[in-house]
Amino acid sequence: MVDLSVDLGRGLILANPVMPASGTFAEGLARVIDLNGIGALVTKTITEELRGGNLTPRVAEVSNGMLNSIGIPSKGITYFLEHTLPFYRQFTAPLIVSISAPTVDAFARAAARLNVPGIAGIEANISCPNIEEDGKAFAMRPGTTEQAVSAMREVTDLPLWAKLTPNTGDIAAVARAAEKAGADAVVVANTILAMSIDIETMRPTLGNVMGGLSGPAFKPIALRMTYQCARAVNIPVIGCGGIATANDAVEYLLAGAAAVQVGTATFTRPNAMNEVIAGLTEYCRRKGFNRVTDLQAALNAEMLIPDVMEAAQ
Amino acid sequence: MRQPENSAVTPPVDPFSALAADTSARVLRNEWVNAEYKLIVLDAPGLAASAEAGQFFNIECPVVGEDKPFFRRPMSTYAADAETGQVEFLYKVAGAGTRGLATLLDGQTVRILGPLGVGFTLPEHVRSIVIMGRGVGLATLAPLAEMAHRRGVAVTAVMSARGPEQVLSVDRFEATGAAVEIVLDSDGTSDLANVEAILRRLHAQGRADGFYTCGSNRLMLLMKRLAGELGIYGEVAMEQQMACGLGMCFCCVRNFDVDGETVSKRVCWDGPVFPLAEATSW
Ligand SMILES: Cc1cc2nc3c(=O)[nH]c(=O)nc-3n(C[C@H](O)[C@H](O)[C@H](O)COP(=O)(O)OP(=O)(O)OC[C@H]3O[C@@H](n4cnc5c(N)ncnc54)[C@H](O)[C@@H]3O)c2cc1C
Ligand SMILES: Cc1cc2nc3c(=O)[nH]c(=O)nc-3n(C[C@H](O)[C@H](O)[C@H](O)COP(=O)(O)O)c2cc1C
Ligand code: FES
Repeated sequence: MVDLSVDLGRGLILANPVMPASGTFAEGLARVIDLNGIGALVTKTITEELRGGNLTPRVAEVSNGMLNSIGIPSKGITYFLEHTLPFYRQFTAPLIVSISAPTVDAFARAAARLNVPGIAGIEANISCPNIEEDGKAFAMRPGTTEQAVSAMREVTDLPLWAKLTPNTGDIAAVARAAEKAGADAVVVANTILAMSIDIETMRPTLGNVMGGLSGPAFKPIALRMTYQCARAVNIPVIGCGGIATANDAVEYLLAGAAAVQVGTATFTRPNAMNEVIAGLTEYCRRKGFNRVTDLQAALNAEMLIPDVMEAAQ
Repeated sequence: MRQPENSAVTPPVDPFSALAADTSARVLRNEWVNAEYKLIVLDAPGLAASAEAGQFFNIECPVVGEDKPFFRRPMSTYAADAETGQVEFLYKVAGAGTRGLATLLDGQTVRILGPLGVGFTLPEHVRSIVIMGRGVGLATLAPLAEMAHRRGVAVTAVMSARGPEQVLSVDRFEATGAAVEIVLDSDGTSDLANVEAILRRLHAQGRADGFYTCGSNRLMLLMKRLAGELGIYGEVAMEQQMACGLGMCFCCVRNFDVDGETVSKRVCWDGPVFPLAEATSW
């Protein structure tokens, strides 16, 4: 038997390291697959206030991936607690609620409202615009990351994860700021800003002009960032970006991730998460690992000293 | 502050039972029905074959050469038979996804996720309905004619197309005993004024206590206006670009008019069939 369980800190132990990425999972998946085998369930980001979301088209296909400019349509936290949370209470997998807010105080207010039974942890989507800082995403800079995470840490004892944006120059520094402010884990990463143009209509393919790239095309970038963050912090790093198969997940675990999130892949293969879980067991068995956590330290790179500047040329 | 509430609170109430499946379906036939449309017949036993009129599937289209569709493509159920386990789609070969679908040969497999969404309903009071569609919208409506027939509801089908070659599935409608009226761009009969006259005549004859439409914004708006004026119940099947088909990504939203308020709904989850009274122009 391979032990797939992982400890993500603050008493949160998952039966296996696989969970959905926020915004790519909702109640509808329970019509098709058994959610009880999944390590944790992560909700679409919710906000305190009601929000509408962006213009259509909200998605576009690109080579081996997609762009989205969904935005964060939200019916608010009260609606979530009353109407959505009861649905998730029927599953054994712990529920992680993703929240977002436009200011540091609003992040704290939102986090404080989630201390209720049935919520096992908070994922703070700090990849969103901070209206007090010129609309720059909190997670673009260590300082604003630290402010937002500290404010939430003060009001909650729940496991608190910070979801980082790849749209930053030094993601390791941002991860360290989240750790210093008391985050229990970092999720690496949200989508990377991108665009595409329809050359027939000569218009941007997204109603919002720009949007986030996800799916296999994004994987090498998010994997690199996972590796950098895992070397920079002592809290668990949850890898996310382009994971569609168990092999992809293994790459992330070898890069130092403690767990992984599967996003876009679920749109094209609804059973992707269960397939990743089955494949992880298979890989560990084949390679002789008794515990999936052994993968985290198994990368053969001790002799290699990466030079980021060289690598970027 | 409370202590964290970690994991495993309650065990699952019921063993898992799926409402939709990602079926690996085997191609029985995939043939042209005219210059633009193909009919694909699949062996897809189980949940897939239980699809009801108006429900759809999200289909994984093969990668062929330069055509690399990343998303699945939504297609209405053209036919589903739980006894034979067969599911059919009638599709227009348009872009990368449907071009790929068109290359599938007998015996190959294709993944179809479904049945998805909310299909058509026939309220108790409805005795005689008008089904009006255009282009591939008629594919969506054909199973409704059969459902109405099984329920003893009379059907008049008003079928709109560019020319005689583009009128699809007339025999499907006729086989259910539906009265078929064809209106064409080529002879001017598809003109809105003429279609309105036909609908008013059907209503006056007591043959229209339900309106059902798909495939044309113009025809939908006409039916909506008449339904409002004459107090007729109505439903419309909508299209919108989709990714997940399961209500998870929120890309497929459209605006609806619910009691005077503009409400954004997901076509894949709240629809694709909506009350005609709520529909807005697309
Ligand atoms: C619920 C539903 C049922 C449908 N049923 C049928 C059917 O029975 N037969 C049929 O021929 N067509 C049907 N369509 C339309 C069909 O999904 C599109 O024609 C198809 O997605 C086009 O894909 P493509 O790769 O050939 O075209 P492309 O233009 O290359 O597609 C590019 C992108 O736009 C999307 N797209 C393009 N046209 C449409 C459209 N009309 N509706 C939604 N998304 C679109 C594609 O899915 C893809 O994401 C239905 C659409 C919906 C939403
Ligand atoms: C349609 C869509 C909606 C998303 N919505 C959210 C969201 O609400 N909150 C969030 O933190 N991330 C959101 N994401 C980002 C994903 O959680 C994930 O970080 C990203 O897609 C990369 O993973 P993937 O390549 O496996 O999809 C969204 C992604 C997609 C494709
Ligand atoms: S297609 Fe994803 S929500 Fe409708």
